[in-house]
Amino acid sequence: MATAATTSRQKVGWGTANLVVVALAMIPVLWMVSLSFKTPAAILDPSYFPSQWTWGNYSSILSTSQFIRPLVNSIGIGLISTFIAVLLACMAAYAVARLRFPGKSLLIGMALLIAMFPAISLVTPMFNIERSLGLFNTWPGLIIPYVAFGLPLGIYTLSAFFREIPWELEKAAKVDGATPFQAFVKVIAPLAAPGMVTTAILVFLACWNEFLFAISFTSTLASRTAPASMAYFSGGSVFTVPTGPIAAAAVVITIPIIVFVLFFQRRIIAGLTSGAVKG
Amino acid sequence: MADIVLDQITKRYPDGALAVDKISMDIADGEFVILVGPSGCGKSTTLNMIAGLEDISEGELRIGGKVVNNKSPKDRDVAMVFQSYALYPHMTVRQNMGFALKLAKTPQAVIDEKVTEAARILDLTQHLDRKPANLSGGQRQRVAMGRAIVRDPAVFLMDEPLSNLDAKLRVQMRTEVSRIQRRLGTTMVYVTHDQTEAMTLGDRVAVMRSGRLLQVGTPQELYESPLNLFVAGFIGSPSMNFLPATAEDGKLRTPLGDIPLSDALRQALERSDASRDLIVGIRPENFEDASLVSADARREGITFRATIDVRESMGSDVYVYFATELGNSLAAAELQELAQDSGRADTGATGDTLVARLDAASRLQEGEDAELWLDARLVHVFEPGSGKNLALGASPAASPVS
Ligand SMILES: Nc1ncnc2c1ncn2[C@@H]1O[C@H](COP(=O)(O)OP(=O)(O)OP(=O)(O)O)[C@@H](O)[C@H]1O
Ligand SMILES: [Mg+2]
Repeated sequence: MATAATTSRQKVGWGTANLVVVALAMIPVLWMVSLSFKTPAAILDPSYFPSQWTWGNYSSILSTSQFIRPLVNSIGIGLISTFIAVLLACMAAYAVARLRFPGKSLLIGMALLIAMFPAISLVTPMFNIERSLGLFNTWPGLIIPYVAFGLPLGIYTLSAFFREIPWELEKAAKVDGATPFQAFVKVIAPLAAPGMVTTAILVFLACWNEFLFAISFTSTLASRTAPASMAYFSGGSVFTVPTGPIAAAAVVITIPIIVFVLFFQRRIIAGLTSGAVKG
Repeated sequence: MADIVLDQITKRYPDGALAVDKISMDIADGEFVILVGPSGCGKSTTLNMIAGLEDISEGELRIGGKVVNNKSPKDRDVAMVFQSYALYPHMTVRQNMGFALKLAKTPQAVIDEKVTEAARILDLTQHLDRKPANLSGGQRQRVAMGRAIVRDPAVFLMDEPLSNLDAKLRVQMRTEVSRIQRRLGTTMVYVTHDQTEAMTLGDRVAVMRSGRLLQVGTPQELYESPLNLFVAGFIGSPSMNFLPATAEDGKLRTPLGDIPLSDALRQALERSDASRDLIVGIRPENFEDASLVSADARREGITFRATIDVRESMGSDVYVYFATELGNSLAAAELQELAQDSGRADTGATGDTLVARLDAASRLQEGEDAELWLDARLVHVFEPGSGKNLALGASPAASPVS
């Protein structure tokens, strides 16, 4: 009886905790959704449900290339950066997890260092570098730094996954006649797929939400990403803040993320390696 | 088809552990060699080196006459069953078994045929489309086996491939392994902990201890003329009984009585300036119920009295356990290791309990003060320090391993 009471009390406890966390996370989002449906005049209205629903904010941002083009840039730059970062991180993480080589701890240390470096301190030097290399205001101008900052994250996540895969599987593949590359592609990579998906989601999120580099290294619609484009929205007059369109844009750029995560989440299956080895 | 030559093979792991120490062995084409030894003695490491999964620190390995030290596993044409199975969890049983053939670009029809055949032999037909995670331990082990036998490699390497099967299946699979090997005529190196597998399966058995090869020979050779204390105690089940003894006036003084020394043994003792303290080894079947021994035969051995502790009737024969006063205990390192090695401690032949294997006609009862006979011609005498079998000093028949 005592245990049953404890478990039901525990359930209530956990339930409350979860509710608080979800509420904290969701309130700003819900508020943003509400804002995006309000007319400019009602923006300061404190009630949650708009007295007058409007699609005006959405139609205004979606009718101009001021937002559509950055959306395309964001998707393109995000996907390419994610692909390159995950590919490189895979190889690096595999080496970190499996091989002994001189300078291994140095590599891990460097990766960590890059991840910890405050991005703001890099903006000025990188701006100059990009200008002189002709990368300023181009897709590669954003892809390269995104890959660089996505790699440490990717190497860390993926090496944890690679370490989980029994080494004997690779030995078995080699004895079965696989080249090291075949062993990796046919045996190790499929088993590390959940790790790759997780890494891809994290890297894509980081690229998608990135603002500092996006605003610093772009000057036109040719490469400006969606978060950066919002800074250029204009209100009805010079003196009005374009709150409504910004909220609508924020909702719009959230949608691809949700789709991306839902699409890949099904591929994240825990315990994919069970049954491989004894015990 | 290929022979394997291990020439002074040594393995030192990067952390400094010396796992295999200068092993030399010639394995003929088509031969079935069993590798036995206590846990951690380097059996898996040796197999891994033959397969090419571990670098060879020193020495030369030749397969089919070619030095393969620097060849990758795929160029050595070996199939291996891993101690831990190492099944591909994302593939079905069918794909697991067909993986090697697929890599070798075998036509799909041939793959299907071979996999079906292997599945039939291994009794896995109804599991072909399941994933390893959904199989029992024994089934997984059979899949691992199947992965090796669908191929037609130059060498089979098997690391305790039957360890997880129940007794009945193990016997069945043992026969199957033997049949497959004979039919294909493929060279096989097979690691096992199981006495029966070691004695029945192989053409030759190699006994390892702490990275060294102690003796290689046919099961019969190892059984009858073990080169040293360790091999003597390791081979045979129940294992050999060991007693302290001293050599005096041409006799071996043991707790069971004085055993006359044969001429060969006496000479051997004189040649080796062994101390007078010795260890005598007696196989359980070299005892007999004295009442069943003819008067003629009695003269070839000694009789003594002992109280029977436990009697186990096996049908074909009877095991009796009895205690003796051993006096000074046996301190040889080999004996301690033998006692530690799993599967040995439960034979009861450790400590000061001896085990005898008597004829089924014996009517000795537990608690009875019985008269037992010991065949003096078949005792082994070992030197405690080196563990060397002194009785073999005279006969060069046994294959010595340096
Ligand atoms: N990767 C490694 N690095 C360092 N030492 C190792 C490594 N693998 C094995 N060893 C050591 O080498 C020795 C031999 O190991 P091995 O796995 O060959 O034993 P084994 O005879 O197969 O034992 P078991 O019967 O338990 O399987 C052991 O002492 C072990 O600790
Ligand atoms: Mg082993």
